[in-house]
Amino acid sequence: MQRLAWAIVGLMTCGALAAPGISPHAPHEQFSDRSYAPPTRVHLRHGDTWHAPFVYRQVLVDRVNRQFADDTSHRVPLRWFRGGTLVSVNAEDGPLLWLGADGLGRDVWSRLWHGARLSLGVAFAGAIGALLVGTLLGAMAGAARGLTDTGITAVADFVVVLPAVYLVLVLRSAMPLVLDTPVIFLVLTLLFALAGWPHVARGVRAIVATERQRDYAEAARAAGAGRLRLLGHLVPASYGFLRTELVLLVPALLVAESTISFLGLGFPEPVPSWGLMLRAASSVSAMQTAPWMLSPAVFLFVGVLALQQLAGGAGVDTATPRR
Amino acid sequence: MTGSLLSFLARRTMAALVLVVVVSTSAYVIARLAPGDETTADFVAGVDAETIAIKRERLGLDDPLPVQVGRWFAGLIRLDLGESSYFQRPVSALVVERGINTAQLAATALVLATLIGVPIGVFTGAYPRHIVSRMVVPLSLALVACPPLVAALGLMLFAVSTGALSIAPGAVVLPAIALGLPVAAILERLQSQATADAMLAPDLVAAAARGIPPSRLVWRHAARQSLRPVLGVYGIVVGSLFSGSLAVELVTSWPGLGRLLYDAVLASDVTLVAGCAVAGAVCLAVGNLLTDVLRVMVDPRAAESN
Repeated sequence: MQRLAWAIVGLMTCGALAAPGISPHAPHEQFSDRSYAPPTRVHLRHGDTWHAPFVYRQVLVDRVNRQFADDTSHRVPLRWFRGGTLVSVNAEDGPLLWLGADGLGRDVWSRLWHGARLSLGVAFAGAIGALLVGTLLGAMAGAARGLTDTGITAVADFVVVLPAVYLVLVLRSAMPLVLDTPVIFLVLTLLFALAGWPHVARGVRAIVATERQRDYAEAARAAGAGRLRLLGHLVPASYGFLRTELVLLVPALLVAESTISFLGLGFPEPVPSWGLMLRAASSVSAMQTAPWMLSPAVFLFVGVLALQQLAGGAGVDTATPRR
Repeated sequence: MTGSLLSFLARRTMAALVLVVVVSTSAYVIARLAPGDETTADFVAGVDAETIAIKRERLGLDDPLPVQVGRWFAGLIRLDLGESSYFQRPVSALVVERGINTAQLAATALVLATLIGVPIGVFTGAYPRHIVSRMVVPLSLALVACPPLVAALGLMLFAVSTGALSIAPGAVVLPAIALGLPVAAILERLQSQATADAMLAPDLVAAAARGIPPSRLVWRHAARQSLRPVLGVYGIVVGSLFSGSLAVELVTSWPGLGRLLYDAVLASDVTLVAGCAVAGAVCLAVGNLLTDVLRVMVDPRAAESN
């Protein structure tokens, strides 16, 4: 189970990093006459003979009812490692749509992987931000005690009760509705860090507060270590905790990003992000004609499941919900 | 004994009040700081400057921020949350109406989750090697990870392609299942763990030795003992129902608080954003308070440790 989870997380990360290499088309490229086109199927038999994997050209039969058919008169061979992508077909043989096309005739497969870069990227960046802020404040609270400790703990206890999605939504509303992609990436990262730090801070505070009473901390103080230097000795004790927090934060923020983008308050069109793709896929008519547009939901589910399995393998109780 | 219980309740109620006041006031300030206000839509629509100026004057939009916050807060104490410029209705009426919808959805989901999750959890905890348990546990682990957005979309697809569930706006079954199923899985896992622990407790071993039939042992003794850890998470569950309802309400077009907040944010309707925050904070605070009371009723020691 653990190995499978590792493999899934690894595959998704590699796929996101290598997105241009595994997508046959650019994520924003629109193909005319391919609105809601179904996925291209791979064939091995042409007539009565076996061949290397090939596809058939897709033709639009009925524009009104969006009926597509395969042109079985000739085979379209798959080209491997050509033009900088893993697999593609000649441009005149039409687009290669592994997961079909969306309403604007864009390749869902290519958008999925380019979207993974943004969605996974912002979730990871936000998680790192939350860890940094949480560690800093938690260590301060644990080492300082007194008023600093009370203040930080009170704020953390307060923020940790609030549902993260609503917190991000209200804070997001304080900014212009449409922002550039790099700006929104930064904004979402900061908001996620802001929503995610309290849990980290509470854990680090508890660990630092216990560690500072141990003999080695006493020895360091006796040897004349200043406050900062002492913290440098105490914080490493929380590395294990931080690692599991990271594995728990990334899936939570992945879901948060998708929800915010689903609302249209995250990344703007035509940028591919999982939430935006799901927004387009969520109408009843899209579900009837093009259920393959929901593939980001499958990826989201599998990704979250795999990451939670990793956390569970580290002995973390994943059954208790976190906000 | 009753004294400590009363002081416990008093402290929790105070904490709930503080939560409501701080959340709603900060939401108002944040929304006020946002670019755009109640007249932005009029400006875009090309309403003439004089009409906008009259509206700004009436709403007091040109007053300094502390004055506006103070006025709004004075209204909050009188339970007057101002008027929504987008819906042209009093915010309190809107918020109560939508809040009841969300509460109805969350309550249905919670009842559904409890009815499904707890009995199955007792079963899988008591008979971990049974064929049913072997099938339920992986399914349940998968559902725990299922985000409400994905659950709602998946159920919508199921409803659209089979026609088995109504997708008409106002049909409660589909959103309630989407919201409740992951929660049912969470309750099943916790109940299962608690039951398994309870089965090994000395008094249950003794009861088994005395010859009490296994089914009575499981459903009477173990189930009661395992209630405490499960009740303990109900507060968190209420919170997660509340945050999950946002995505579910938007996918299934359920007219709840989440949808109202979304509309308010898009329309830059500051009083409505703040009103939603008040309602949300009240729901959250009441949920937490109820959990605390439940927990103390099951285990009086909780009042002292807090």
